[in-house]
Amino acid sequence: VWWFATYSEAMAFRIGIDLIDVETVADALEAQGERYLRRVYRESEIADCRRDGDFDIKGLASRFAAKEAMIKALAPGDDPVPWLDIEVRRSPAGAVELLIHGRAATLARDAGITSFALCITHEQGIAAALVVAEARTDADTDT
Amino acid sequence: MNEKIRQAIRDHGRMPVDVDTLSDDADLYQAGMTSHASVNVMLALEDAFDIEFPDRMLQRSVFESVSSIAAALNELEAGVAG
Repeated sequence: VWWFATYSEAMAFRIGIDLIDVETVADALEAQGERYLRRVYRESEIADCRRDGDFDIKGLASRFAAKEAMIKALAPGDDPVPWLDIEVRRSPAGAVELLIHGRAATLARDAGITSFALCITHEQGIAAALVVAEARTDADTDT
Repeated sequence: MNEKIRQAIRDHGRMPVDVDTLSDDADLYQAGMTSHASVNVMLALEDAFDIEFPDRMLQRSVFESVSSIAAALNELEAGVAG
């Protein structure tokens, strides 16, 4: 109890969640092709989702949901956060993790975010992502 | 300009309502446009107006209405002309 009380005074959790209709990603890819991919997904994400000349659409959709979930956890207000600043990586063991770059990394630092975790899933045409971020509560008070 | 914007929204915004029933200042997100659909609208606008939205304009407020999109496009076109 003592540990929890002390810990909760110093840290807070931020949560972001997002759902996406997988079909909308298929439509975007068909309509815009490489332009869509290059504006939204980093090279590693495109490579992870490429399948014998085609794409794992559910994989792309869940990565987009992850980016939006992270943006919600960052709570940037109207600050721009390019989708390319948020990257989903799959480890050799199969787990997914988030890497943040550029503006997203600056926002996370300013918010005192010290760590974050990602969970993605998909079922029956819907992909979803949940991000939980841990932040110092004494951050972002003077900026 | 506003009609071309409306056409991009009509074709790519996957709106649950007819965009023609919305005013220029109506909030497109509140009317049902998703964040992913806004990506497609953005790419369609880039095609239609031969511009590219820079990272600094990837804001929710830029794509939240026909008027706000028009303002952003005017700024970009002025930058190109200047």
